[in-house]
Amino acid sequence: MTAARAEPDTGPGGEPHTGPGGGPGAEPAGHLVTVEGLSVDLPTRQGVVHAVRDVSLSLRAGECLAVVGESGSGKSVTARALLGLAGDGADVRARTLTFAGRDLRRLTPRQWRLLRGRHIGYVLQDALTSLDPLRRVGDEVAEPLEVHGLASRDDLDELVAGLLAEVGVPDPGERLMQYPHELSGGLRQRALIASAIAARPSLLIADEPTTALDVTVQAQVLALLEARREAGTAVLLISHDLAVVARLADHIAILYAGTVVERGPAADLLAAPAHPYTAELLAAVPTVDGPRREVPAPRSAPPAETGCPYAPRCPLADDRCAAQAPPPVAHGPGREVRCWHPGTVRPGPPDPDVPPLPLDRPAAPAGGAHAVRPASPNGRAAAPAAGPAPGRAVVTVRGITKRFRSPGGSWRTAVDDVSFDLVAGEALGIVGESGSGKSTIARIVLTEFDADAGSVLLDGQAWSGLRERDRRARRSRIQLVDQDPLSSFDPRFTVEDVVAEALPRARHGGRDRVVALLGQVGLQPGLLRRRPGQLSGGQRQRVAIARALAPAPDVIVCDEPVSALDVTVQAQILALLTRLRRDAGVSLLFISHDLGVIRQVCDRVAVMKDGAIVEIGDVDTVFRSPRAVYTTALLAAVPRIDAGPHARKPVSATDLKGPP
Amino acid sequence: MPPLARWLARRLTLTLFVLWGAATLAFAAMRLVPGDPARIIAGGVQANATPEVLEAIRTQYGLAEPVPVQYVIFLGRLVRADLGDSYQLGRAVSGVILEQLGATVALAAGAAVLGFTLALTLALLTAGRPRARALSRALEFCALSTPGFWIGILLLTAFSFRLHWFPVLGNDGVRALVLPWITLALSIAGVLAQVTREGLERALEQPFALTARSRGATENRIRLRHALRHAALPVLTLSGWALGELLAGVVVVETVFARQGLGQVIVSAVNGRDFPVVTGVVVLAALTFSLINTGLDLLYRAVDPRMRQVAL
Ligand SMILES: Nc1ncnc2c1ncn2[C@@H]1O[C@H](COP(=O)(O)OP(=O)(O)OP(=O)(O)O)[C@@H](O)[C@H]1O
Ligand code: SF4
Ligand SMILES: [Mg+2]
Repeated sequence: MTAARAEPDTGPGGEPHTGPGGGPGAEPAGHLVTVEGLSVDLPTRQGVVHAVRDVSLSLRAGECLAVVGESGSGKSVTARALLGLAGDGADVRARTLTFAGRDLRRLTPRQWRLLRGRHIGYVLQDALTSLDPLRRVGDEVAEPLEVHGLASRDDLDELVAGLLAEVGVPDPGERLMQYPHELSGGLRQRALIASAIAARPSLLIADEPTTALDVTVQAQVLALLEARREAGTAVLLISHDLAVVARLADHIAILYAGTVVERGPAADLLAAPAHPYTAELLAAVPTVDGPRREVPAPRSAPPAETGCPYAPRCPLADDRCAAQAPPPVAHGPGREVRCWHPGTVRPGPPDPDVPPLPLDRPAAPAGGAHAVRPASPNGRAAAPAAGPAPGRAVVTVRGITKRFRSPGGSWRTAVDDVSFDLVAGEALGIVGESGSGKSTIARIVLTEFDADAGSVLLDGQAWSGLRERDRRARRSRIQLVDQDPLSSFDPRFTVEDVVAEALPRARHGGRDRVVALLGQVGLQPGLLRRRPGQLSGGQRQRVAIARALAPAPDVIVCDEPVSALDVTVQAQILALLTRLRRDAGVSLLFISHDLGVIRQVCDRVAVMKDGAIVEIGDVDTVFRSPRAVYTTALLAAVPRIDAGPHARKPVSATDLKGPP
Repeated sequence: MPPLARWLARRLTLTLFVLWGAATLAFAAMRLVPGDPARIIAGGVQANATPEVLEAIRTQYGLAEPVPVQYVIFLGRLVRADLGDSYQLGRAVSGVILEQLGATVALAAGAAVLGFTLALTLALLTAGRPRARALSRALEFCALSTPGFWIGILLLTAFSFRLHWFPVLGNDGVRALVLPWITLALSIAGVLAQVTREGLERALEQPFALTARSRGATENRIRLRHALRHAALPVLTLSGWALGELLAGVVVVETVFARQGLGQVIVSAVNGRDFPVVTGVVVLAALTFSLINTGLDLLYRAVDPRMRQVAL
């Protein structure tokens, strides 16, 4: 069945019937979208990929359905099938595929075009590349209005400015004249949403709308989607992170290897996951409240081709699971699960990556290591006492300040009088919104450039401000792992080249040493000859960590090491870092915008705002009883699972811009 | 000074250097080739001028001075935009060039418009459509691997000798320009079409193209309003090359079609060692090149807003 077959009983205009039960084959109780048995096969050079298999979903007006699953589980392909954009040569089949009572399987290309943008709005994954970089933001937002003839040329600017204002873009009149590269990630995401809702579609599909945004912007974007839902729009929200969707979703569908393994009302599903994969996803979400627990690292294995696809990773798998794929069965009201043993999840067996939590973690005395920057009367904050951290300081940062010249010619203070110690063997987190100066600190510690004022000591000896010649001998003692370190390598390098290059020349153990390092980060020697382009995101990051470990450093600076990864892989990498820290005794300076991640990995945390540390102290103390107002606001913006739909008021932007 | 003005000033300085270099090269080349300029001025080898006449000519044209002095005098004149008199024609070089400039500009500009239009149309119609693309590729390959004079002769044979649609030779009116235009346009259209199509196909795979589709945009709209701008960037980069091809092609095409124009002027000037004319045409070509390249760089900025901040 192809999408190109003409439907005899619709007019040439092809307007879909709107309103519940409008069509001849009326929907069950006003479903706007009904998908049953959707399968999508995509042709590739390596053969056909069964990207989506037998997926069933439904969605009503004014409701939010979240589709959650790890990378490659088929979320985006499912969404695109609803728009008739599954791709050239895609084979899309379904028993039922209706939108507002219309059979989507029979639309002509022209009817599809009339539907897209007008009745279904789509926010594409990756806002950074989804706006045309050569066109003005205003033109991009206006496109659906123009295409569907919904506004005259004269009204267009005003309408677009109104839309941008509606999604919370400041100075919309100016912004619409700008180009995408002149907007921050958060603003681009908003512009993309404005464009998707411009024609007031009755269905809004948002594909990973908050990935790579920091918590505060994330909260704002979610609030925006929530407002659309309140206004009666059906929202299909796609994410790999259950915590992100928890607040918004009425229903959740969990996707694994192209199949819906579990679906049902959000609250029930989150409270008592029936499928082991749902439980794994829930466990992988780093939290910021409750007792800190060690997160079991999910196993990684490709889905099985026969039997239950999840069996290779499932702690409950038995012979039947391996032989026979479970059919979807009802599990409580409105719930459905594909598992032979639903609702019997037990904690999985301990994974080799996860050592027990050390209970004797050095707890800092409350007054000592927990310092808040007090605001002085003139409004400018005074430097907080860094506090004597217990143990020997490997890296000592004292009063560093760095200013950058902005394109307009004015100066911006990126780092403002920052001091802290990184103690031997500890993990110190630095958390803050984007632009708060986190990465600048990392680069100063790595001496990529010098601070304008202040100093960095390594093992109590001068480190910053030296000539490179004087630093070279100690260079290898600080290593960096950032968001995608392998992208800076020659794509023809193999994994072995990448790791071997970092080995100290004196101790050139050759291949054996590389294999040992790969083993340390949980990679098989079989990957030695692979090129970075042939690795998954998680594997790439493991190789990067192996490379960083090669010269046996004292300190690894991690700058957003997991922010490009989905929750499952993220949990694996975090477990790996935690283990390495204990086994290899390296100290971590761990930078992230994600408070949950920081909490899981770090002993102490420094909270940054506008270049200054507003609070620094023991992780448990800071997260449980934050002293700075700003920390409280940041914590409130973190999406939480336990909140459930409608439980939490959206965080407004003003909350976060107040004084620290 | 605002950045754009500073940039323009820098480009202007660069242009002056290019002109100086081109003129110096022409000067050096004409000194190195054999042949006595005085004899040429006197009417060629056949003219049998007496040694006294030649001596008089040398004094008049400053050819008796040592070469460095000649060079300085030459540069001095150039600065005053004085290109001197043609040895062969005895008239001011600027006059000779101006007289022929119109015909050549009509030929080159028309061919450029035709070549770019042909390339864009082909690329827009065939990008992302495997069968049409294969056919178009074959045609483009023929166009870019066949020498210009050969295309010209084929066209002449078919359309002038056989079908009598167009005049065989000459300069009269637009009808006489059609075949030369096509010949010259084909020399650039092949490569331009390939580059444009690659640019279009790359753009059509970008997420923003999918976004545009998801808004209900038609295929034509996506190609014209979105992808074409992206494809224009590599095409602009290549336009400097296309300009060179056109200038070189003008000489060939004017010869094949026996048209008047700067191509003919330079051919006879080089053959006749007419040093001032050669220098004049070379300097003019260098100036055209520099100015058009500056224009292209400005256009690049206009097309790509991301370029406006950098590299000024
Ligand atoms: N255009 C395509 N051609 C071929 N295969 C594709 C194409 N797009 C996706 N796939 C494959 O289809 C499967 C599902 O991909 P999809 O993009 O839907 O995953 P996803 O759940 O959205 O992942 P992510 O979280 O990384 O966005 C994957 O195996 C992917 O490799
Ligand atoms: S069917 Fe078996 S293998 Fe699959 S999820 Fe259920 S218990 Fe695990
Ligand atoms: Mg996706």
